[in-house]
Amino acid sequence: MNEYKYRESHEWVKFEDETTALIGISSYAQESLGDIVFVNLPSVGDAVTAGETFADVESVKAVSDIYSPVSGVVAEVNEALCDRPETINEDPLGAWFIKVEKITETEELMEEEAYGPFVAGLE
Amino acid sequence: MEQKTPLYESHIRHGGKIVPFAGYLLPVQYKTGVIAEHMAVRTACGLFDVSHMGEILCSGPDAVPNLNRLLTNDFTQMYDGQARYSPMCNEAGGVVDDLIVYKVRDEHYFIVVNAANKDKDFAWMQAHQCGNVTFEDISPAVAQLALQGPKAPEILKKLVSEENLPPKYYSARFDARIGELPCVISRTGYTGENGYEIYLAADKAERLWERLLEIGKEEGLIPCGLGARDTLRLEAAMPLYGHEMDDTITPLEAGLGTFVKWEKESFIGKEALKRHRQPSKKRVGLKVTGRGIIREHCTVYCDGREIGRTTSGTQGPYLGYPIAMALVETDSAVPGTAVEADVRGRRVAAEIAALPFYKKGQPRG
Repeated sequence: MNEYKYRESHEWVKFEDETTALIGISSYAQESLGDIVFVNLPSVGDAVTAGETFADVESVKAVSDIYSPVSGVVAEVNEALCDRPETINEDPLGAWFIKVEKITETEELMEEEAYGPFVAGLE
Repeated sequence: MEQKTPLYESHIRHGGKIVPFAGYLLPVQYKTGVIAEHMAVRTACGLFDVSHMGEILCSGPDAVPNLNRLLTNDFTQMYDGQARYSPMCNEAGGVVDDLIVYKVRDEHYFIVVNAANKDKDFAWMQAHQCGNVTFEDISPAVAQLALQGPKAPEILKKLVSEENLPPKYYSARFDARIGELPCVISRTGYTGENGYEIYLAADKAERLWERLLEIGKEEGLIPCGLGARDTLRLEAAMPLYGHEMDDTITPLEAGLGTFVKWEKESFIGKEALKRHRQPSKKRVGLKVTGRGIIREHCTVYCDGREIGRTTSGTQGPYLGYPIAMALVETDSAVPGTAVEADVRGRRVAAEIAALPFYKKGQPRG
């Protein structure tokens, strides 16, 4: 628990218990996106599906889809990101997008030790 | 395979994030990021590598009649060093390119064209030239730096004496020197700010680039990439070829009618433009009132009816809200009109806004 795991598309998931987790994007993701100016988030009660997009992030340069590593139901939305989207650039691991509960499925994800070298290989 | 500008190694050294653009490898931003680079130009100064732009010399006794036939603006009355913007049209009135012509001296003109179009432009000019004139593409030998922002004059004056600086907007000194370095200093730009564009020999560009960054440091000068160049020109509502105009969009639709001189006896595209003198489409600004950014190629609706498409769009870093430009039906092109744009299947609210969004010196928010 309480460890960050990563998708290849640079989202992270951090489990709080067996069926509840926070989702955000990695430092590599925020750096490639550049200055983030908008986030479109789902609503509480929405279903999210592993491998499907649940939000998008707008940087000055482009819009990017954000994919869920888990299937479940949105329990909380980090509304503060809508007012201060730059928080994602400043503190990507703290700036969670949504909290998902009732998780029924989790994709195969990379541990921190695997994600670091994976990202290094992309540069 | 993309080409490198003479400043490629400097960009890498300064932490530039390199992307392919118009056949060149150029920095889209440095470590500072697009917003900080944009703000530096609005409040202090930024330095851009625009060496990808093309430079063509037009010379000979028939230079002026050729320019007047090829381009929609009028080049008859110009003083030495004067710059003049113009669209270059095809027979159908579409835009081949938009460019700047400088008069160097009688019978000698210096033309600056868009990087992506330079081969097309050069071929077009040669194919349509007549009489005693030559066109010469000197792009590979020429580098261009743009020093832009309210502090630009202060910074440049540390390196050159007053008489080397062009006194007027849209004019240039062709005999300028920065130290021992011969160069052309032009008071032009693509940011909506005061500033200079400096043309010089490609192999001397790196030295000037580093020198400018060094002496401009205390005024807040930083290197800026293509990202900020685009957001700056968008706030200032300057059109970009391939977006606000192309081979199928006329200068009249693009809002460039003031650069079409009807009193000239003839120029390429005149007959076609005359037939569409009251265009059915018009370039307008969109100020986003809803949530999200409206980028290019979004369909624009008014009262549920499709009225046009966006041509560019971004977050306006200085303005603090997202903006876009669009080509819409002339009847709907009234500032204040509420519209919507389809952004990836979602309708984002906006209103038609007067252009430009930003004028030099305008206070923030």
